[in-house]
Amino acid sequence: MTTTTVLTDAPTFDNRQDFADELIALARTNDKVVAVCNDSVGSSNLTKFRDEFPDRLINVGIAEQNMVGVGAGLANAGLIPFVCAAGPFLTGRSLEQIKADVAYSQHNVILCGMSPGMAYGELGPTHHSVEDFSWLRALPGLDIVVPADGAQTRAAVRNAVADPRPTYIRVGRFKVPHVSEDNVGLERGKFVVAREGSDLTIIATGTEVSRALWAAASLAAEGVSARVLNAAYLSPLDEDAIKDAARQTGAIITAEEANVAGGLGAAVASVVGQLEDGARVPMRILGLKHFAPTGSTAFLLDHFGLTADHISAAAREVLHRD
Amino acid sequence: MLTADASQAAAWRSLRQEVLDGDPATRAAKLHERAQATRRSILKMISDAGQGHIGGDFSVTDILTVLFDAVMDVDPEDPRKEDRDHFILSKGHCAGALYSTLAHTGFFPVSELDTFMAPLSALNGHPNRVKVPGVETNTGPLGHGLPVAVGTAIGAKLLKSGSRVFVVTGDGEMQEGSNWEALMSASHQKLDNLTVIVDRNRLQQGARTEETNGLDPLDARLAAFGMEVRVVDGHNYNDLIEAMSPSTTGSPVAVIANTIKGKGVSFIEDRVEWHHKVPSKEQTLQAFQELS
Repeated sequence: MTTTTVLTDAPTFDNRQDFADELIALARTNDKVVAVCNDSVGSSNLTKFRDEFPDRLINVGIAEQNMVGVGAGLANAGLIPFVCAAGPFLTGRSLEQIKADVAYSQHNVILCGMSPGMAYGELGPTHHSVEDFSWLRALPGLDIVVPADGAQTRAAVRNAVADPRPTYIRVGRFKVPHVSEDNVGLERGKFVVAREGSDLTIIATGTEVSRALWAAASLAAEGVSARVLNAAYLSPLDEDAIKDAARQTGAIITAEEANVAGGLGAAVASVVGQLEDGARVPMRILGLKHFAPTGSTAFLLDHFGLTADHISAAAREVLHRD
Repeated sequence: MLTADASQAAAWRSLRQEVLDGDPATRAAKLHERAQATRRSILKMISDAGQGHIGGDFSVTDILTVLFDAVMDVDPEDPRKEDRDHFILSKGHCAGALYSTLAHTGFFPVSELDTFMAPLSALNGHPNRVKVPGVETNTGPLGHGLPVAVGTAIGAKLLKSGSRVFVVTGDGEMQEGSNWEALMSASHQKLDNLTVIVDRNRLQQGARTEETNGLDPLDARLAAFGMEVRVVDGHNYNDLIEAMSPSTTGSPVAVIANTIKGKGVSFIEDRVEWHHKVPSKEQTLQAFQELS
C-alpha cells in the first residue's frame, strides 16, 4: 500500500522514451527481441533501436494487416516481436489479425499501441485510439496493459520479455507526471493501489491516474477519504480489487481516456453488478461518449470531463456532498 | 492438444523414404495412392459430420500430399522443433484436408478424424494450433496465412535456422488486400525461404473467380510483386515436387498450382455448388468407388 502525492505542477514526460530505452536495454541481452512497425520508426521512437539493431527492426511499410500477421509469424518462429504502431491503426485496421493471429492463435506478440487515447488531439477521431479497450477486452487470452507513467511503461516491457504472451500495451505520448517510483514492477492482472482511502474508490487508468490522485488530494482537504486504484492491467481484470472497493468503500468512480462502451468502467460495473453477496455501490463512469470535436489533448480531456476537478465533482455527487 | 501417433509416424517415415528413393513413376504412384487415401478420409469426415468444404479439400489434397510426403522437413513427434519447415494452410476452411494429411503423417491418431466437427473436438471446422499439432497458426478468415508465413520466414532468417516456409492460399483468397501487402513485404525482404502456393481451382464460394473479381493474369501480377513464379499442374506429383524446389533467384517463390475443385470425383469436379455441399449417402458410396 503506497500513498503517492503528485503535485499538479510536477514535471511531465512522454512514455515513449522510456519504452524505447527499455526495449533497447532488453534487446542487448536477449537476441530474440525484435520490433515491427508500419513506417512509424520515428513516431514509435524506434530510431535508436534501428541504429543499434538494423536487422531486428522490420518495417513493413504502411500495411497494418500484414504488420500484425508478420508479428504472429515472428513469434511462431520463436522470436519476441514488439509490433509498434499508432494505436488507432494498430487496433482498428488490424483487429481481425489481432483476434485470429494473436489472441486466438496464442502467438506471443507484444502489440504496442503508440500515442493512444486522444494523444493526437487536433488530428481528430480518425487518429484517436479510444475504442481499443472495448475492442480488445472482447478477445480472450490477450493481456491489456495501460502504464500510467514511464516507470510503469518500462515494467510492462520487462514483463513482456520475461514472460512472453499475447499482450497489448498502451504506450502514452501525452505527457504525464511520474506516479510511481523508478524501477517499479507491475504484477500481471493486478491494479496498483496508488492511494488508500475508505469513503470511495477512484479506479483510473493511464493518463487519468495522476488526475485521480490530484482529485483524491483535494477531496482529502474536504474530509473525504478516496482510495485510488491504478488499473495498470485491464485484462486480466483485478476482480478482487474491484470487489474490495465495492465492499470496503461507499462508491466507485472510474476514469479512462477511452470510450465508455465496453471500457474500464464497463468492466468494473460488470463485476460490481454481479457481486455474490448482492452488495451495491453507486458508480460513475467517466470517459468518452461520442467522437471528439477539434481540440488539443488537454482541451479534449477537459471537454469530456476527465480532469481532476471533474473527478472530484463526481465524487461529491455520488456521495451526496455536492 | 492432441499428441503424436508413433506407429503412424514410423509408417510415414518409411513411406517418405520410398518416395524419395523411387523413380518418378514409382514416386507418382505412391503419392497418388496416398492422396486417394487422404481423399477417402476427407469424404468420410464430411459425410459423417454433415458439413465441410469438399471441393477445396480435394483440389488441395495433392499439394498437401507432396509437401508432407516428399518435400518438407517436419517431425510429427516433435511438431514445434525450432528448425522445422513450416506449413500454413491459409485457406483454413479446407481444414479437413489438412487434418487428414496431418493424421496420416502421424501428428495425431487417424482415429481422431472421426471427431471432425463433433462437439468439443480438437478438429474444429477451421484449424487451431493450440489444439492440433502440425497447425502453425489459426486460419479461417481469408488473407491471414500469407502474412504470418512472411513473418515466420523473416524469423527463420533472423534465427539462421535454414527453415523453409510453405503457405497455401486459395485463389479466391487472393482477392484479399492483406495478401498483396504480404507479397510486397516478402519480395522486399528477399525471402528466398518462402514458397507461396496458390490453389488455382478457379472457383470461389459463389461463382468462378474470373466472373467475380478476376485474378488473371495472376502469374504476371505475382511476378510484378517480385515473386519467382512457377505455373504447374497441381495434380501432377513430380511437377509439384519440382515446383517446390528452393528459389533460384533469391526472390520468394510463388507456385500457381492449376487444380480442379473437387478433383477425383466426377460429379463434384469443377462445380461451384460443391464448395461446401455435403454428399448424400448414395453420392458418398459412388465417390468412395471413384476414389478407390
